[in-house]
Amino acid sequence: MDIEPVRMLTGPGVLRVVWLPGSDQLQGTCHCGAAHVADGPVEVWDWLLAHPVGHGPGRRPDEEEPPTPGRSSPSPVPAFA
Amino acid sequence: MTTIPRDQWYVAAYGREIGHDLFSRTVCGESILFWRTEAGEVTAMSDRCVHRRFPLSQAPSRLVGDAVVCGYHGFTYGADGACVAVPGQTRVPRTARLRSYPVVEQDSFVWVWIGDPARADATRIPRAPWLDSPDYATVSGMEPLAARFGLLVDNLMDLSHETYLHGGYIGTPEVAGTPITTEVDDAAGIVYVSRHMDDAECPPFYANSTGLTGRIARWQDIEYAPPCLYKLHSRIAPVGSLPNPDGTDPDAFHVEVVYAITPETENRTHDFWAVARDFALDDTSVSDFIAEQNRTVVLQDVAALDVLEQVIATEPAGYQELSINIDTGGLAARRMLTAMLQEPATAAAR
Repeated sequence: MDIEPVRMLTGPGVLRVVWLPGSDQLQGTCHCGAAHVADGPVEVWDWLLAHPVGHGPGRRPDEEEPPTPGRSSPSPVPAFA
Repeated sequence: MTTIPRDQWYVAAYGREIGHDLFSRTVCGESILFWRTEAGEVTAMSDRCVHRRFPLSQAPSRLVGDAVVCGYHGFTYGADGACVAVPGQTRVPRTARLRSYPVVEQDSFVWVWIGDPARADATRIPRAPWLDSPDYATVSGMEPLAARFGLLVDNLMDLSHETYLHGGYIGTPEVAGTPITTEVDDAAGIVYVSRHMDDAECPPFYANSTGLTGRIARWQDIEYAPPCLYKLHSRIAPVGSLPNPDGTDPDAFHVEVVYAITPETENRTHDFWAVARDFALDDTSVSDFIAEQNRTVVLQDVAALDVLEQVIATEPAGYQELSINIDTGGLAARRMLTAMLQEPATAAAR
């Protein structure tokens, strides 16, 4: 019944970190859609801030997702409900 | 090394603090003299006479019309900071001018630009329109904090501390127990932290002001625009109530909690706080209750942060903090503040 608190800011360059429900893990999502699950905030910000190198905000939907390092998800993970 | 970003707008005062008399406040280490001209405009200039540095806010310095006369030797300055008279001679030295500050009165605050005046852009000042809106009732105040401003940023970006430091006021077990979502928009200069509690205990602060009792939906959405303006959009509603798709939200109570976090010096902070509500607008007992409760909560933070400042100021260098999930927003805020220190021109241009 939540209304997706994961989407409060709507700019093209938003970086988002969601505390995965039922876990102690954080999922960071770049503005390009690439995501990475981490065990803490330092790790998730390190990944998010390193990841965008080489691409700016607002990737077009038809562009291919860039490769992501670490334990990244292969595609954007849906927002938790 | 400084921790205070320059080329930024900071809140120096509430508009109500400044009338047609001399008012001084130190902002980011700079002593600034304010007064309201006879036309009603707020002026801001250095509070030090160019001659022998006597504070122009200090009696027997005085205002004469729209000029301030130094109480030591009589140097006289206009509202633009230019010296218009010196004692005993007709020639006023060309360099006799007080440093003036870009100043904007907006949303009940007086904002002042600390940095290169050429970079001041008033359209970049973050807004808090509730504070002087007729659709909201607002209470506000300011408490001096004997701690660096970054400690107040840390405090406000992680509201899980409410459960422990503010139990019995605004803290309930669900605050610390509910996961958060954190968003950063570097281009807009915003850190946003959402904590949506859909079935939570109603803390006394809201039970007494809204009349809701038992379980509630309690949403906390933090919107921080570093370095100065912090907004907490607080939504209190019956369990199960959601805003309508068109954005209206008739079953909920909305409280906008606004802080202006202004460094006084490297180790002292002006802690401006305001609480605006969209219910019981004319009920002064609700206003009195919220003002008293919120000031109590602010003073609980002040007491804790004053102690923390002393701990940090006297400890050996190199202490390694530990950050956990609740610190995700605080770390994002710290990063943005650090970027402002390293690239003030870039940050100001954003």
